[in-house]
Amino acid sequence: MRRNRQEQQKNHSFAQRLHIDIPLLLGILSLLALGLFLVYSAGGQETAVVYRKARSIGVALVGMFVVAQIPPLVYRKWAVPVFVLGLLLLISVLLFGHVGKGAQRWLDLGFIKFQPSEIMKLIVPIMIAWFVSQENLPVKISTVMLAFILVLLPTLLIAKQPDLGTSLLIASSGIFVIFLAGASWRLIVFCLGLASAFAPILWFFLMKGYQKQRVMTFLNPEKDPLGSGYHIIQSKIAIGSGGIDGKGWLQGTQSQLEFLPERHTDFIFSVFSEEFGLIGVAALLGVYLFVVMRGLWIAVNAQHAFTKLLAGSLTLTFFVYVFVNIGMVSGLLPVVGVPLPLVSYGGTSMVTLMLGFGILMAISTHRRIHV
Amino acid sequence: MSPRRIVIRNRSAEANLFARRTFIAFVGVVLVLLILFANIYNLQVESFEKYQTRSNSNRIKLLPVAPNRGLIYDRNGVLLADNKPVYSLEVIAEDVDDIKASIAQVSLLLNISADRQTKFFKSMKRKRRFKPVELHSRLSDQQVALFSVNQHKYPGIFVNARLKRYYPFADLTTHTLGYVARINRKDLNKLEQSGQSENYAATYAIGRLGIERYYENMLHGTIGHQEVEVNNQGRVIRTLNYTPPIPGKDLTLTLDIELQMIAKRALSGKRGAVVAMDPRTGGILAMYSNPSYDGNLFVHGISTKNYKKLLESKDLPLINRSVQSGYPPASTVKPFLALTGLEENVITPSTTINDPGWYQLAGLPNKYRDWKPWGHGIVNLSKAIEQSCNIYFYDLAFKLGITKISNMMQRFGFGERTGLDIHGESKGIMPSVAWKRARYNQPWYTGETLSVGIGQSFWTVTPLQLTQALTTLVNHGERKIPHLLKANTELIIESNGNTYHKIIPANYEPPAPLVLKQEKNWDLVLNAMHNTVQKFGATAYKPFKGTTYDASGKTGSAQVARIKQDEKYDAKTTSENKRDNAMFIAFAPFDNPEIVIAVAIENVAKGGGATNAAPVARQIMDQYFGDRVITSQASTMTYQIPAAIAMLPQEAD
Repeated sequence: MRRNRQEQQKNHSFAQRLHIDIPLLLGILSLLALGLFLVYSAGGQETAVVYRKARSIGVALVGMFVVAQIPPLVYRKWAVPVFVLGLLLLISVLLFGHVGKGAQRWLDLGFIKFQPSEIMKLIVPIMIAWFVSQENLPVKISTVMLAFILVLLPTLLIAKQPDLGTSLLIASSGIFVIFLAGASWRLIVFCLGLASAFAPILWFFLMKGYQKQRVMTFLNPEKDPLGSGYHIIQSKIAIGSGGIDGKGWLQGTQSQLEFLPERHTDFIFSVFSEEFGLIGVAALLGVYLFVVMRGLWIAVNAQHAFTKLLAGSLTLTFFVYVFVNIGMVSGLLPVVGVPLPLVSYGGTSMVTLMLGFGILMAISTHRRIHV
Repeated sequence: MSPRRIVIRNRSAEANLFARRTFIAFVGVVLVLLILFANIYNLQVESFEKYQTRSNSNRIKLLPVAPNRGLIYDRNGVLLADNKPVYSLEVIAEDVDDIKASIAQVSLLLNISADRQTKFFKSMKRKRRFKPVELHSRLSDQQVALFSVNQHKYPGIFVNARLKRYYPFADLTTHTLGYVARINRKDLNKLEQSGQSENYAATYAIGRLGIERYYENMLHGTIGHQEVEVNNQGRVIRTLNYTPPIPGKDLTLTLDIELQMIAKRALSGKRGAVVAMDPRTGGILAMYSNPSYDGNLFVHGISTKNYKKLLESKDLPLINRSVQSGYPPASTVKPFLALTGLEENVITPSTTINDPGWYQLAGLPNKYRDWKPWGHGIVNLSKAIEQSCNIYFYDLAFKLGITKISNMMQRFGFGERTGLDIHGESKGIMPSVAWKRARYNQPWYTGETLSVGIGQSFWTVTPLQLTQALTTLVNHGERKIPHLLKANTELIIESNGNTYHKIIPANYEPPAPLVLKQEKNWDLVLNAMHNTVQKFGATAYKPFKGTTYDASGKTGSAQVARIKQDEKYDAKTTSENKRDNAMFIAFAPFDNPEIVIAVAIENVAKGGGATNAAPVARQIMDQYFGDRVITSQASTMTYQIPAAIAMLPQEAD
């Protein structure tokens, strides 16, 4: 018994020394592994797609490991300059950005092309967590107001690209910080009211035609089953026809016969549901719940207000990915381009997510070190 | 808000606040997960069947397979309508390495025109790369052979065979068989209305005329299906199931193609029609209308130029004169009128009249003339028919009145469709007082009754109606429905998998018989018709001289244009389309008749029914009876007329 505990202690400390949070890593790895199998099935059973996915998983794991080594309070020091740099990059994207798939998201630096909006997914929660943790919690209303402005700046810049999915994720990462920092319920209710009052303005003045179209399609996909409604209808058919135990891996007719669009990226959950059924869905949601619980556990156990807020925000934003993606492919939400985290094919967003998990691991393993 | 400002933090209060907020967030996460799960549960469990069906209808397609159309044979098993393979050269673009070079080589090999190549490349652009595109639609046998030898050099290019209707006898059978033609919008609407459109999903052509149209349901068969799995592009991934089509039923007609050939030869160069029928059954032995046209032209889609030619031809080849043209029956209906007179007791076999060559109604100036200027003298019933004496029948008609005539003639089927199994039959006109009132809003004039007495006035009949009426006459009132279908052959599949052909004879319910008050009246009239052919000097004696099958008949010669009171008709001076029509009806043998014939020939240059129409009937009967020698029990001289007024042989009407 004692020996066992000693060994555990030893293991724990070994992982601790490497700054790895074992439960979180297990959850992440199982999602990444599932992603490999699904990408093989959805990508026309081509191994090349699986190799590419495996390569970005490798890069992401290394990135996560490196980030985990950095003491989390270092971010606090760099929060302001990095945030300012991020905003400048977003502005330059709008001015000189590379156009891909109808949106201006990429910045071409000659040797590398990247999306500043992706990095902002990490910078914004760091910035807001730093900003609100200057004072004792709960946050004052004036701080909340200023924090809102700080969130709104990058959100609007990204929404302008336009990239509704990312701006949504960035806005929620900031709002989660404010919520966790104890913003008063009155304020929250007031803000919700303000947001719903703002909705018509958004609809008439800010949303682009294709975005409105998506909302209309979401409300009534059967109106145009071969046009704008096609994606969501085929996705629901894929999910629904999976039944309780699914059609089996590689046996999903909706995905294998290519009725389902964007199979290996945004709609990979539909492939999964079709091939693995309700049982598989329950298991997958269970894994996501486990990862979220572990992240919140790390947040609660973090020693500083800044790290608590940062860990909580990163975890809840991760969950927003899950909610928005599954919600949209199953017809609960309009289609916005948010991937199923860690499972969908697509390197950029996965690397960002993994860097976020690196920060969580750093918070989890560096917590005994006082700065 | 300097970062360096020292804040005295209440760490445990902050931790408590954070833990509370985190817990609330966690509860929110769980709630959202439950909502997501409930929604997926709804899709995968509650609505499973709906989405499974939709998933299957996405991927499973039924490819229709057209059934083979039933074949059509004549009564002796000679094939009249065949399905002949037509070969097309097709290309699947994605299976060809160098499409330009391959097409160029194949075109050189098979001598395919540049036009077709251009057309091919055009339609290739419109189609998916895995769908076949036609390079040539009708390869000759030589081209097929030449390509087959070289096929291995051209992967992705292949010969495809499709069955198309072919009528080996061409214009000989078009008016009766009809033809099939490409299904058009009107056909589609009709099929939809009758709920048949699914059965025709793969069918190219539909019966448009004649037997092909009338028996479309029997000939078509039932569609088969290939159940395949397709992807979102519609490419076939694999076959899941195959239901073979059920071919259409083969039909055997009552027609005898050899008689048909004789009919065509006999009518060549004339406008007219002939119908020959078996009076024992009502089965049509021959039905030919001249001029005719080739139904094969319509199978592949007739060119506008050719169609215009047919439409605008003065000879109206598109009209099936045997059933669509109403001709004045002229003297051919005299036996029927005589029967009416006997039946109504207006005349007896020995009633005589004196024929001075004209007939006049009391108090009226008009003179109704006989075809023979100086008349036939004393005439009784038999002589009136043998010599086709007009004066006798003017008098008879006058005594009967239009109503009695009309009523009796309707019982023979005049003025009604016969019920033949092809569409488009004309009713002809059997005039009556009511008919004239309805048609012209005019009263009936007695003078018109006289004209009806010699089969003129408004009275028109189709050759088919004449054969039907004659059938009733020779059958002593037993009526038959004229028909072309003798039997159909059905493919029977037994439970053990064996198949055999079952011949199902066509069944025709005969109409109610025509019963006379005096049964002997039939023979009185039939004997007179027998005399008309067999007796030296009678009107139809000459054309049947030397025949051995004991024929009977009646001639007719119909005025087409009205002749003024004192005008004399002369074919040479009358314009072609106003010349007389020649008519003839005949049956043989006299005892137990096997064949009845009606002939109509339009606008003859010279002579009447005996010289123009009767020889056509004779040629058909000669063919029908061959070397058979038949003599009748009945005397040809049952009702002798006084020798003093026996006539010299004449060219009669």
